[in-house]
Amino acid sequence: MDMHGHLGHDRRRFLALAAAASSVPLLSACGAGFGGGDSRSDGSAADDVTGSFDWRRHKGTTVRALLNKHPYTDALIADLKAFTAKTGIKVEYDVFPEDNYFDKLTVDLSSGRASYDIFMLGAYMVWQYGPPGWLEDLGPWMRNESATGAEWDQDDFLPSLLEGTQWSLKAGTPLGQGGQYALPWGWEANVVAYNMEVFDKLGLRPAESFDELRELAGTIKRKAPGAGFDGMYGVAVRGSRSWATIHPGFMTMFSRYKLKDFTVDGESLKPAMNSPEAITFTRDWADMVKKGGPPSWTSYTWYQCSSDLGAKKAGMLFDADTAAYFQAVKGASPAAGKIAFHPGPKGPDGSLATNMWIWSLGMNAKSEKKSAAWLFLQWATGKEHLRKGAIEYNHIDPVRKSVSEDPAYRDKMSELPGFIETFEAVQDQTRIQFTPQEQFFDATTSWASALQEIYGGKSAGPVLNGLADDLASKVG
Amino acid sequence: MNSSTEADHGAASSDDAAVAGAPEKASAAVPGPPAERGVPKWRRTLRPYLLIVPALLLTGGILYPFGLGLYYTVFDFAASKPQPDFVGLENYRRIFTDSSFWDSAWVTVLYAVGAAAVETVLGVAVALLLHRSTLVGRVLEKVLILPLMIAPVIAAIIWKLMLQPSVGVVNHLLRPFGLGGVQWTDTPTGALLSSIAVDVWVYTPFVAILALAGLRSLPASPFEAAAVDGAGWWFTFRKLTMPMLWPYVLVAVIFRFMDSLKVFDIIYALTEGGPGDSTVVLQIRAYLEAIRFQRYSFGLSYMIVLWAVVYLAAMVLVRYLGRIQNRAAEVPK
Repeated sequence: MDMHGHLGHDRRRFLALAAAASSVPLLSACGAGFGGGDSRSDGSAADDVTGSFDWRRHKGTTVRALLNKHPYTDALIADLKAFTAKTGIKVEYDVFPEDNYFDKLTVDLSSGRASYDIFMLGAYMVWQYGPPGWLEDLGPWMRNESATGAEWDQDDFLPSLLEGTQWSLKAGTPLGQGGQYALPWGWEANVVAYNMEVFDKLGLRPAESFDELRELAGTIKRKAPGAGFDGMYGVAVRGSRSWATIHPGFMTMFSRYKLKDFTVDGESLKPAMNSPEAITFTRDWADMVKKGGPPSWTSYTWYQCSSDLGAKKAGMLFDADTAAYFQAVKGASPAAGKIAFHPGPKGPDGSLATNMWIWSLGMNAKSEKKSAAWLFLQWATGKEHLRKGAIEYNHIDPVRKSVSEDPAYRDKMSELPGFIETFEAVQDQTRIQFTPQEQFFDATTSWASALQEIYGGKSAGPVLNGLADDLASKVG
Repeated sequence: MNSSTEADHGAASSDDAAVAGAPEKASAAVPGPPAERGVPKWRRTLRPYLLIVPALLLTGGILYPFGLGLYYTVFDFAASKPQPDFVGLENYRRIFTDSSFWDSAWVTVLYAVGAAAVETVLGVAVALLLHRSTLVGRVLEKVLILPLMIAPVIAAIIWKLMLQPSVGVVNHLLRPFGLGGVQWTDTPTGALLSSIAVDVWVYTPFVAILALAGLRSLPASPFEAAAVDGAGWWFTFRKLTMPMLWPYVLVAVIFRFMDSLKVFDIIYALTEGGPGDSTVVLQIRAYLEAIRFQRYSFGLSYMIVLWAVVYLAAMVLVRYLGRIQNRAAEVPK
């Protein structure tokens, strides 16, 4: 027996095994484990709070918050001392950049631990985090007068925003029913921002229809470079292979055409992004990007879109109003002072249906400091902090009517041409235009992938039919 | 030889101590190196086991989550199913009957073969150039490792900016040659080639350093003999340098091929798997399934399949390495 050879062989095999195995624990070590969130109790911890409301009920307590790097977060952090002074509660927080924020949050929540009592999330995340029981239903807290101060004033919120974070946890059922799984804190409407300088020079006007928008985008790309705007293209829209590509401009225009992502048939969902009208629209959208969109569009996130508008590389931006706002304020970019806002093209029937993103605050269902965390949520979504954030910081797009009507806020925002008019024009028709369902991120990521393929030259019909077939088995 | 000498010496010293009426405890010590004298037997017995504790912990740290991951794959564990059911091999059946898996597997293999091949050729070429002891060679040798000091994900982000068609430096440099409009990552082929190019930029120095170390360890005598016999450069390279260098190169190939099969960071940072699904390698699909879409068991099944692929590839390559090493050992030194 060749002992040396045998041992050598085993050693090599072990080395190969170990090297290969090192790739697998990546996932299983992420904290995912059975029991990550099944122990939902029917009784809410809010019921334990009795007596008169008292901001200092939990003085000396520390709550932990997980936050995404954002100007809204900057405003919150800058004002945290006021919360601690008011309540005696200390807030420890971690801030992560958006690229990996939601992965961090997902892994943390799925671990079933209460590492963070409070966190930022988008309304779409309620569809993913709500069904496993990771989010505290804030409804009982809102209804309990011992836990909630009278000045919090629930009726002051824009109704579509509170509805956007309320859901029955059942796929296909409309928002605005069931538990309140997060509180709206800031929102973003997807509208058009444009460079007034290039529009003036080329004698252009903002598009009132999708056909006009496509034409306008192509015109700017053809003519702007010759008019002194070197390298300028028509319209910046997102294009990366991510769910985030679908929800801003694309979904807004899609909705203005009365198109749907899914239709609800009894208890099941049927993909509808491959209806004949949707196929035509999607083909036209890809065509608009080809003729008037950014080079390297398939890598475009909100960041590139926003930067291009600020750098005078894009004539228009069809995205979140905040993405344009942060380029438009004085001194922020070369295009600052020359950016105006417009509601964007209307649908064939004049619709200004607009999709929105709601930055929200939620509470960990596993938190052991729910009552203190609720005090924090009340303060962070309360009139005092949100007014300060909107006027003194950059917490624009107020979720409260009292702030959006505040003269100081309107004065500040009126410096941006068309901002308030646009805000008011789309406000009533702005809501979440997607059908709520747990597989939202899979569906929209696949949708973005399909859009890239159509942009790459594949025929829209077969690509969208293939997408619909795939999603029917996953979502239906 | 040294150890036996010390042992003998130690034994003699023990005898001396006994003669001098040293304490009984010292004279009872088992003969051994001087440092062992006075060390209780239980400690000497325990020491080998203590020495392997770090290795055991490390192995356990790898194998426990691996085993746990394997265990999860026979359930339908997902965020939407926190109390999962046992499903046997259903996850694997779904994977192997899904065309997305085969697309991803194909992209993964293309990427791994492409990256490993280009890095090997370039790395060996760079090593051969640096092997000549010139001032430039010595300076470049130090500079060469710089890409290795950058995290691959950072390198990918840097390259993403450099490849940006309108403001990126690559198109700016190509513009005088009429190639300023290339959209590097907008087509499936372009995206894959760009990803491979970033991998090559980061890891070619790794191959070069291994090959250079190999070159410097080769014996001089066969080359001197070849020179005396009037052998040309090509003949020497083909018949002497490469056969003896192969074991070193193959080690680099094994590392790079296995690493490339598991690639995630470079592609995700550069293309996120797009356009379409054209650069969705197995690792990205596993990430999307397990983390983004929270279908844990299904994502882990992808990882186990990837592990099996890497393991099989490593087995074949390591076995081949053994054969090459034996063959290289036969070359007269």
